[in-house]
Amino acid sequence: MKEIILIKNGELALKGLNRMNFENALIKNIKSTLNGLGAVDITRAQSTITIEPLYDDYPFEQALDKIKKVFGIAAFCRAAACEKDINVILEKCVPYLKDALQSVKTFKVEAKRSDKKFPLTSPEISRLVGGALLKNYHHLKVDVHNPEIVVTVEVRDTAAYIRAGQLHGAGGMPVGTAGRAAILISGGIDSPVAAWMMAKRGITLDAIHFASPPYTSLRAEQKVKKLLSKVAEYSGTIRLGIVPFTELQQTIAEKCPEEYFTLIMRRMMMRISQRLAEKSGSLALITGESVGQVASQTLPALVTTDAVVSLPVFRPVIGMDKDEIIEISRKIDTFETSIEPYEDCCTVFTPKHPRTKPTIKQCQDAEALFDYEPLVEKAVQDTVFEFIG
Amino acid sequence: MKGLIYLDNSATTKPCNEAAEAALDAIKNNYGNPSSLYEFGMLAEDIVTSARGEIAKKLLCREDEIFFTSCGSESNSTAIFGAVKLGRRNGKHIVTTAIEHPSVLEPIKQLEKDGYEVTYLKPDENGNISVEELSSAVRPDTVLVSMMYVNNEVGSILPVEKIKTALNQKSSKALIHIDCVQAFGKININVSTLGADLLSISAHKIHGIKGAGALYVKKGINLPPFLLGGGQEKGLRSGTEAVPAIAAFGAAVKALPNTAYAFKKVAEINDYCRNGLQQFDNVIINSPKNATPYILNLSFLGYRSETLLHFLERSLICVSSGSACSKGKGSYVLREMGLKNDRVDSALRLSFSANTTTDEIDAFLTALKGATSLVRNKNR
Repeated sequence: MKEIILIKNGELALKGLNRMNFENALIKNIKSTLNGLGAVDITRAQSTITIEPLYDDYPFEQALDKIKKVFGIAAFCRAAACEKDINVILEKCVPYLKDALQSVKTFKVEAKRSDKKFPLTSPEISRLVGGALLKNYHHLKVDVHNPEIVVTVEVRDTAAYIRAGQLHGAGGMPVGTAGRAAILISGGIDSPVAAWMMAKRGITLDAIHFASPPYTSLRAEQKVKKLLSKVAEYSGTIRLGIVPFTELQQTIAEKCPEEYFTLIMRRMMMRISQRLAEKSGSLALITGESVGQVASQTLPALVTTDAVVSLPVFRPVIGMDKDEIIEISRKIDTFETSIEPYEDCCTVFTPKHPRTKPTIKQCQDAEALFDYEPLVEKAVQDTVFEFIG
Repeated sequence: MKGLIYLDNSATTKPCNEAAEAALDAIKNNYGNPSSLYEFGMLAEDIVTSARGEIAKKLLCREDEIFFTSCGSESNSTAIFGAVKLGRRNGKHIVTTAIEHPSVLEPIKQLEKDGYEVTYLKPDENGNISVEELSSAVRPDTVLVSMMYVNNEVGSILPVEKIKTALNQKSSKALIHIDCVQAFGKININVSTLGADLLSISAHKIHGIKGAGALYVKKGINLPPFLLGGGQEKGLRSGTEAVPAIAAFGAAVKALPNTAYAFKKVAEINDYCRNGLQQFDNVIINSPKNATPYILNLSFLGYRSETLLHFLERSLICVSSGSACSKGKGSYVLREMGLKNDRVDSALRLSFSANTTTDEIDAFLTALKGATSLVRNKNR
């Protein structure tokens, strides 16, 4: 008996004439995440994608784990494929569902017949399959309202499929269908979550990290790469630019009033990020800021940092509490890495009493105390790129 | 690494040639299992036996009192959990210090959760533990006193030889465990004058390789095992012996220079470094005057430890910002000593070996001078 994986599109089914583009992107992402697990045939029909392994011993569990992380999927499951003949279906369903049915007491059967040429109606198929299962598994009872498990038999154009239950997919839109944006990532808890949330809506990710050796270490850089590789399990490959930031930071610390340090630093980061984004075709910047979390994330502070860029700045966690952000970071498995205790570019120079209600004018005056333009441009030029995931 | 100046010898040490060769020989030629009955297995067993002999000679104890483990941490866990199990009928009180290594503190915290009462002796501002406090802390129902000989962060020497008297005064039957990981090979250790029942040591801190530690268990103490299985190490520590690491352990012990000679040599290096540090008006020495010369803890006020560490790294100089096991976090040892944040956050630990040279110290001092070009930390 042949086993396959069935994947149901999410929102994509609602798209109009563009649907093909979305489906193509989804299939491409599925292909790339399953790469290396073994040869498969991927086909689509009736807003379902079918993955059919070409050889025995396909690592289904591993494959399902990976598919779970692909955006644009509403639900997915393992299923047995068989001939469209009721006798074959009845014969195959009993042994195939053994594992799934042994741990439950109640079930129901749902039949779907999209091939209307099949001689039995859906209720007839359900009745026959339910009967066969009851006859072979004496501990089972039918419960049509609250079954512990739903057995589904689908008779499609291509074949008949038998499955028990299905898993929730990651939802969202396929990555690659919504343009490119760059996440500013320091190594904390929030930025990987922000990146993940935007990727969920189909955005292709670039990442920008500011490194200030010796104030920050190689370990902090490794930490960022580790975080991005976790996000990349969902988003696919991320292009990371590491910006040498030491000289600029030292100069700000030297020339500008202490209480403006973080604000000016963030404005410089935004300027550099915008230039990098323009070079790589990113249409927006993404940050992990949340209103009021720290001094540089008050509303007036955010206004002063946004003022130096013309690109839109997306902050998907802006209205979330720390607990809520942490919950997602645990879900996407970045939390444990985020809390590793290395200095990052934001902790070393922190002023004792940062400004919490700055104005744009004040920031401009503080910046006017040195010629930052050559330093910004140098940082852009000296940025080193690599691909993660 | 070529040109590396390694001033972090309390984290680990460079394996000596004798150790490296002994390990390689065991890997390439004597790869038998010491438990195998044929002669090839016996050859591997001979390696383990002779390493045991070397260690026993150094600790002035019997060979059958030495048990191999995988590391100092395992020796500590085995000793602590074993000792309280043995003394479970005598009471539920443990005495230790607040500046022990995490491999002692964590097992004891675990026991605390399980209902043991623990007295943590606090250090003074120099990292020293007072004998009087020790004496008043032990009680008739104390079952274990666990104390390190040398503190791994500041190098203070703890009054381990006074534990026995303190216990006798209170007629306590408590077992004495001494964590000698930082002392072994650097201070003369005589298990009987110390009155130790259990004593932990590690190979890679004395120019052996990682993967071997040992626990001394006084004859007559029937310590229950921590790891169960095939019954190796007379049932105390099951698991196939790490013959290459044990071979290197034995070779490294054998190759140790005379303890007094090495101590004097390192004391000179330590003095040289302390003198050189006097040129900096923002340096405070955190190690006490009577500390082991092998460890020198200092604070370079106004600069964060981690920044300094990475700055020195650029000149290929390796130092520690605390103990290697607590990377990134402020030192709990310094906090227990009552030091203020500015000193804790700017602390560096230098640790020397008998091979450290004055040239290396000069290079360190020169590099440290360059650190003043860094931005001072304004936060504290």
